[in-house]
Amino acid sequence: MKPQELSRRQSKYTARSVPQGERVATSAMIASLDAEGRDTIAAPFGHALVDIAKTREDIVGLTADLSKYTDLHVFAKAYPDRFYQMGMAEAVMISAAAGLAREGFTPFATTYAVFASRRAYDFIIMAIAEENLPVKIVCALPGLTTGYGPSHQATEDLAIMRGMPNLTIIDPCDAVEIDQATRAIADTPGPVYMRLLRGQVPNVLGEYGYRFQPGRAQMIRDGRDVLFVSSGLMTMRTLDAAKALQKDGVDCAVLHVPTIKPLDADTIIAEASKGGRLVVTAENHSVTGGLGEAVAATLMRAGVQVPFRQIGLPDAFLDAGALPTLHDQYGISVSAVKAAVKSWL
Amino acid sequence: MTTGTAKHGSNVSLARRAWAIRRNALRMGEVQGQGYIGQALGVADVLAVSYFHALTYRADDPEWEGRDRFLLSIGHYAIALYAAMIEAGILPEDELETYGMDDSRMPMSGMAAYTPGMEITGGSLGHGLGIAVGMALGLKRKKNPAFVYNMLSDGELGEGSTWEAVMSAVQWKLDNLIAIVDFNNQQADGPTRAALAQVPEAAKWQAFGWHAQEVDGNDLDAVVAAFDAARSHDGAQPRVIICNTTMCKGIPFLERREITHFVRVEPEEWAKALEILDGEMPQ
Repeated sequence: MKPQELSRRQSKYTARSVPQGERVATSAMIASLDAEGRDTIAAPFGHALVDIAKTREDIVGLTADLSKYTDLHVFAKAYPDRFYQMGMAEAVMISAAAGLAREGFTPFATTYAVFASRRAYDFIIMAIAEENLPVKIVCALPGLTTGYGPSHQATEDLAIMRGMPNLTIIDPCDAVEIDQATRAIADTPGPVYMRLLRGQVPNVLGEYGYRFQPGRAQMIRDGRDVLFVSSGLMTMRTLDAAKALQKDGVDCAVLHVPTIKPLDADTIIAEASKGGRLVVTAENHSVTGGLGEAVAATLMRAGVQVPFRQIGLPDAFLDAGALPTLHDQYGISVSAVKAAVKSWL
Repeated sequence: MTTGTAKHGSNVSLARRAWAIRRNALRMGEVQGQGYIGQALGVADVLAVSYFHALTYRADDPEWEGRDRFLLSIGHYAIALYAAMIEAGILPEDELETYGMDDSRMPMSGMAAYTPGMEITGGSLGHGLGIAVGMALGLKRKKNPAFVYNMLSDGELGEGSTWEAVMSAVQWKLDNLIAIVDFNNQQADGPTRAALAQVPEAAKWQAFGWHAQEVDGNDLDAVVAAFDAARSHDGAQPRVIICNTTMCKGIPFLERREITHFVRVEPEEWAKALEILDGEMPQ
């Protein structure tokens, strides 16, 4: 498929008319995710970090001019002397975090996922990962969570970061998991890259009694017909799609995989091996180099042969626009997930 | 004849230390049949002043919390730093001949995980000064009075990340950070001045807010004075010493050779260079 075919864009030389009726505008940059009528929790990362820092003097926070947009401003307000505003300079933010870690501190460094993965990669891999330093890199706007276009849409950050030795990669689902994962990675040795939803973040996993465990994939619900293997916000989608498909008589399991690296191969292999189920990976990321391909390779290496499908963003530069429209367009909304599964059964 | 003074209660002159650093580096180059010997010979005087006049450290405890941190951005200068650390007693002299070999603690490019006393992994240029900023911030948090030194190269001044760190060090008033620029005007493809590093060098750093000095990096007395001034300066600002050095300094036939980033030395020339050096051992 050509990238152009994934786009609704007409020529930039074609004049557009103003739409009548309801208008769907580009989501504001600060919107982590529309709440979709759910309970939400404000700034779960920032509040968790403040809580940890009460007993952990080694915790410091750094940002490259994005504290308000990564919820680190909550920490900055609580601990102004432990907060480093590094300016719009990702290289020195990451390098300085490495230096602070060398002096015994546990730095949490925040920016957008595009800037950490694309611009600061060399500094993360050589100054931090090569020395296995405990720097926690926490990044907002993962995948398609902004309508600003490719400059801000981190559709390939996992593909970039997965190749980095020593790095733990977390793609949490919701506010509950962000809170728990933040606490867990503060205790995890070595470097961590965590994707972040910020602002008013939906509470989804609370009703399932879920507890995050580093490196563990967990069954959120069981089912006979389909096994969703999903991470990040796509676990919200697969859980909702599973409920919707239930009404149509399709019984779906959801295996949530928040730790992208190291991947919980044992659990994935065990669940996929049960047989009789279509395995569907779902990720808020390009289909290239993320969870889907990691799961596929894991199953192939283990000799597990199962029907396999992949839900994810196309390997393309995505359009600007309103998130709900874009999520439908690129196949990661609940209705798109549901439709895709039905087409495959 | 230089008169630079050595610290640490030693009677050994800095000239003799610099001579020994050059000699160690040449011996490593001879073992491997190659090496960044032009840089090592050029920077030997600056390293002699660093390790035998300016830095506080314990040779038998390279991770002693009270040490001054010396960060080598330029991984390929490892041969020079090994030579200095051998002379300082941080590395054993009898491992010198393992340089660049399998399982050596002295790989060709400096890495923290391999070598005692090697604070960071260099090699990807433009990293050292940023890490130094973080370590200087960390030392201040701990109220540790140690200095952080970062030795970087002129070519490294072309990296944008270096200038992010230059600005950040001023922003955080890092008076415990001393940058040392080995300015030999030679990078991989030719003269640094012909690429990105335009004069005036010191004025540029001053304009960013640094205390800046520019010295002849092969004049021990001048280098000593610059280090003393950098350490004792009472402004709340980071300090830089731009050391103009001559590639291959001390071995005239190599100094005259067409200078490149990777100076070619014929197999029989290593012994010849050592012979010249041995004939000029300072007191």
